Amino acid sequence: MIENIRNILKEHARLSADISTLSDTSDLYQAGMTSHASVNVMLALEASFDVEFPDRMLKRTVFQSVSAIREAVEELTAGK
Amino acid sequence: MTDISAQDFHDALVAHKLIIPVGVPGAFGRGPVFEDVLRRFGDLVSEAAKGDVAEHMLFPPIIDRRVFEKSDYLESFPQLAGTIFSFSGNDAQHREMMNCVHEHKPWAQYQSMTDVVLAPAACYPIYPQLTGTLPEDGRLVDVQNWVFRHEPSPEPTRMQSFRIREMVRAGRPEQVADWRDMWLERGLALLRRLGLPAEPETASDPFFGRGGRMLAANQRMQKLKFEVVVPVLSAAKPTAVCSFNYHQDHFGLLFDIKTADGQVAHTACLGFGLERVTMALFRVHGYVTAEWPAEVRKVLWP
Ligand SMILES: [Zn+2]
Repeated sequence: MIENIRNILKEHARLSADISTLSDTSDLYQAGMTSHASVNVMLALEASFDVEFPDRMLKRTVFQSVSAIREAVEELTAGK
Repeated sequence: MTDISAQDFHDALVAHKLIIPVGVPGAFGRGPVFEDVLRRFGDLVSEAAKGDVAEHMLFPPIIDRRVFEKSDYLESFPQLAGTIFSFSGNDAQHREMMNCVHEHKPWAQYQSMTDVVLAPAACYPIYPQLTGTLPEDGRLVDVQNWVFRHEPSPEPTRMQSFRIREMVRAGRPEQVADWRDMWLERGLALLRRLGLPAEPETASDPFFGRGGRMLAANQRMQKLKFEVVVPVLSAAKPTAVCSFNYHQDHFGLLFDIKTADGQVAHTACLGFGLERVTMALFRVHGYVTAEWPAEVRKVLWP
C-alpha cells in the first residue's frame, strides 16, 4: 500500500523534493504540495483504492504525510 | 432590524428607484441616488488609504485568457467563470446562425472562444504586473473594476456583475500579513462609522465540487480568508461586504514575483463589494437618504 501511495504522490502531489527522499512521516505540504495538488492526490487515491473520502476526512491533516494517508485509506478499506 | 425576504428587499430597492430591473436576475441597473452613495463610500475608502501611497491602475473588465488559465480560477470556480465567445465564421455560417437565433434554437455551435474572459475579481490583472523583484517595501496596488460571477439570483446582494474596490499587497510574508491585519481594523472602523453593525469572520470561498470542500476546509483551517459581514437580509446569515484573501505564495510562484531578498513573494488582496456596502446602508438606515441619521449623513456628505 505504501508503494502505491508513494506512486500517487509522485504523480499528483507536485512536490519540490523527490518523494523517495521523504520519510513516511514527512510533512507533504512543507515539501511543496499545494491545496490544489492535495485535491488531485485525494481523487487519485479514491480511484486507485476504490474508496470515497467522506466529508469529515476532506481536510488538510488527512493528507499531511504518507503515514496519515495510509491510516485514512486503511480506515476506508477496513470494511471491504 | 427584522429580517426581510430577498423579494421584498428587491421590490423596495426598485420602488425607491435605487435599482432598475432589466429582466435577467443579478444584472439590474443603478439609479442616481444609489450611485451617489456608492461613489461617496469609494471616496471614504480613498481617504482612509491616502497615506499608503498605493499605485493606481485601471483595467477593462476583461482579462487575458492565458492569465485566467494560469491563475487556477477554473480549477476552483468553473461554475462562476464567464468565458467570452464570438463569431468568426463566413457568410453561410452567419446565415445559419441567424436562422437559429430567429427560430429560438441553440446557436452556440457558431461561436468560438476568444482570447479574453470576463474579470472574475478586480485583482487578477495586477499579478502579471508584479512579475520580477519587488522593492524593499514590497508593492501596493489600488484598483476598481466591474467583475462577473455566473450566479444568477433574485437576491439583490448576489449579482452577476458588480464593482469591487480592491487593493493588492505583495511583499515578505510579515509585510503582507501586517497590511491585511491593519486593513481589517480600518475597514471595520470605516463601516461602523457609517452606522453599519460590521463584524469580522473567518470565511471560505464557494469552491466547486468535492475537491472544493477540501479546499474550503483548508482555507478555513489556515485562516486565509476573512470577511466583514453586515446583516442585510437576515441577522443569522449576514452578508459579506468586504473580503480579505491571503494567497501565501500562490501568485508569487505563478507569476514569478520575488522579494528584494530573492524569496518568493507573498500576496494578499482586500476588496470592498461597493454595491453590497451601498445596499447595506439603504437596508440599515432606510430607503430615503434624507432620513438617514445625521451622524451618518455628515460622514457621507461632509
Ligand atoms: Zn482579489
